[in-house]
Amino acid sequence: MASITMDNLGKVYTGNVRAVSDVNIDIADGEMIVLVGPSGCGKSTLLRMVAGLETITEGTLKIGDRVVNQLEPADRDIAMVFQNYALYPHMTVFNNLAYGLKNRGFKKDEIDRRVREAAAMLEIGQFLDRKPRQLSGGQRQRVAMGRALVREPAAFLFDEPLSNLDAKLRVQMRVEIRQLQKRLGTTSLYVTHDQLEALTMADRLVVLNGGRIEQIGTPMEVYLRPATTFVAGFIGSPAMNMLPAAYLRGLVAADALAHMPVAADLVGLRPEDLSLAPAGEGEIALTGQLMLLEPAGAESHLHLTFEGIRDTIVARLPDVPDVQEGSHLTFSIKRDKLHPFDQARGKRVA
Amino acid sequence: MQTKRMTFSNSWLPYALLAPQVIVTLIFFIWPASQALYQSFLRQDIFGLRTTFVWFDNFSRLFADPLYLNSLKVTFWFSVGTTVLSMSVALLFAVMVNRMIRSRDSYTTFLVWPYAVAPAIAGVLWWFIFNPSIGIMPYMLKGFGYDWNHRSSSTDAMILVIIAAAWKQISYNFLFFLAGLQSIPQSLIEAAAIDGASRFKRFWTIVFPLLSPITFFLMVVNVVYAMFDTFGVIHATTEGGPAQATNILVYKVYRDGFVNLNLGSSAAQSVILMAIVIVLTVIQFRYIERRVNY
Repeated sequence: MASITMDNLGKVYTGNVRAVSDVNIDIADGEMIVLVGPSGCGKSTLLRMVAGLETITEGTLKIGDRVVNQLEPADRDIAMVFQNYALYPHMTVFNNLAYGLKNRGFKKDEIDRRVREAAAMLEIGQFLDRKPRQLSGGQRQRVAMGRALVREPAAFLFDEPLSNLDAKLRVQMRVEIRQLQKRLGTTSLYVTHDQLEALTMADRLVVLNGGRIEQIGTPMEVYLRPATTFVAGFIGSPAMNMLPAAYLRGLVAADALAHMPVAADLVGLRPEDLSLAPAGEGEIALTGQLMLLEPAGAESHLHLTFEGIRDTIVARLPDVPDVQEGSHLTFSIKRDKLHPFDQARGKRVA
Repeated sequence: MQTKRMTFSNSWLPYALLAPQVIVTLIFFIWPASQALYQSFLRQDIFGLRTTFVWFDNFSRLFADPLYLNSLKVTFWFSVGTTVLSMSVALLFAVMVNRMIRSRDSYTTFLVWPYAVAPAIAGVLWWFIFNPSIGIMPYMLKGFGYDWNHRSSSTDAMILVIIAAAWKQISYNFLFFLAGLQSIPQSLIEAAAIDGASRFKRFWTIVFPLLSPITFFLMVVNVVYAMFDTFGVIHATTEGGPAQATNILVYKVYRDGFVNLNLGSSAAQSVILMAIVIVLTVIQFRYIERRVNY
C-alpha cells in the first residue's frame, strides 16, 4: 500500500516529440484513479512511465516515500494488467501467477498458498493447470488480474484491461475489478478511453488531452462542472451540446442570463437537462425542429436543429415522446443548468 | 481442418490439372529413385562386363565396412556441429538486431547476403581463409601458438568444413529467428520485467520457449542441409580428407560411385540416404505441430 505522487511529470521522446507535460497528481493510499482521454492523449504513456516501461524525462515520481524515477519496473513494487493480458502462453495458469513470485525468491509453499488464494478470490481455481489459450477472454482477464494481485504490490496499474472484452462481460468485469480493488484497498491507476468506465470506477478521474491534464476531480464533480470545453464534450453520452451565448441572449430577456459572466461566449447544455415541460420560473425555452427520434428503450434521444445553429442539438428524455419527426418542439432548461465557457481559452467561466 | 470438395463437370480436368506436378515428380524423383533402388541390388565386375543381382548384399557389406561406419559417425558430428553453430550464431545475431531500432533493416540485409552465395563458392572462400600456406586464419592462429593444418589434422579439417557449411546457413536461420522474435508481443517481455525477471532470465524463460516451434523447424532444416546439401562445401575444401575425416555420406556416394565406379554400393548408399530423408521429413511433419507448446 502506498501513495503515488507525480510532480511535474513530462515525457519527451527523441526527436523532440512531446507526449506528456506538466502532470501533477497526488494519489492517496488506496485510491482508484482513472486516467481517461481520447487515443493519443498520453494516458498510456503516463501509466507506462509510472510502471517504469518508459523513461521519465521530466519531473519526479514517488511511490510511497521513494523517488522511483531511475528504478527498474521490478523494483517499483507495482503490478500491471495489460490490454492484451500478456499472459505467458507457454505456461499454465498456475505458473503464470507464480512467475513473479519465483523470480523474487519466494518459498515454494508460500507461492502455492498465495496462488491458490488469488485463484480462489478470482474463481479461477479449476483452471490452474490449463494454458491461457484454453481459456475464454473473461477467464484470461481474471488470470491477468490474479498475476497482479498474488504479488501484493503497493499499486495496481491497469492499461485498458477491459477493451478486449464484449460489452456484457465488460460491465461485469468492471464491477468485479472495482469491488476487488475496494476490498483489497490497493492504490490503483486505471487507464481507459471509455468515459463510462471512467465515471463508474474512479474515486477521482483525470481527464487528459494532448498530454496535459484537463481536469482532476470526482466523477460527479467532473460531470457536473466540466472545467474545459474538452471535458464537457468528452465526459457524458450523448455529449454536451454547445450553443453560442449570443444565440441564447437573442432568445430570452436580457436579465434571464444576467447570472452568466460576460466572458462566457459559449454555453453548454447537457442533453438530459432539456425537457419538454413548459418553461417555468428560472427556466428558459428553446424551440427546434426534430430531425430524428432515436428510441433507446428506457430513454430516447432527440436530434434537433435550431435556426441559425449549424450543429445538431441532442435532447435526452427519460421516455419516448409521441412526436412526429419534422415537427417543431419547445424545450425548457433550468438557467442554473447552463455551463458557461470562454470559447477562445476553452475554459469554464464561473 | 475442413476439407473442401470440388466437383468438376469434366472428369478429365482434375487429372489434367494435376498432370504437370505428377510428371515432374515421376521424371525427377520416382524414376531416378527406383533406378537407384534397382542398382542397389546389383553388382558389376571390375570391367563392367557382367552384372549380377545380389539382393541385399550391397547393404550388408556397407554395414560391415569400417569406412562406411566411419562416414556415418563423421556425418553425425558434422550435422550436429553445423546445426548447433549456425543456429546459435543466428540466434545471437537475431537477438542483437532485434534490439536495434533504426539500423535494423540494414543489418538484416547484410546478414542475409551470404545466403545468396553458392556452397562451392563459400567452400573456396573458406579454403582461402584457412589455407595453411597463404590463409589469414592460420597466420593469426600461429600468433596464438596454434599450428593450423586441415590437410593433416582431422580435427582442423572437421572444424573447417563445419564453419564453411554453417556460414551461409546462419543467414537463413537468422531470418527465421528474427521473424520469430518480432512476433513475440512486447507486452510479454514487459510483463516479465515487472514480474522481476532479469534480462537473461526473460530470454530463457519467456523468449526462448516461445521460439521453440521455430527452433525445432530450423533444427530439422539444418540437419537436412548439413547431411544432403553440403557436397559443394566438402568438395571445394577438403574433398573428404584427411584420412576420411570429413567424408560425409553424400560425399561418399559421389566418391564411391563416380570416382571409384562402385555403382552398386553407391546406389545402396543413396537408398540409405533416401530413407534418412524420409524419416526426417516424417519427424518434421508429425512433431512440428505438437512441439508448439502453447
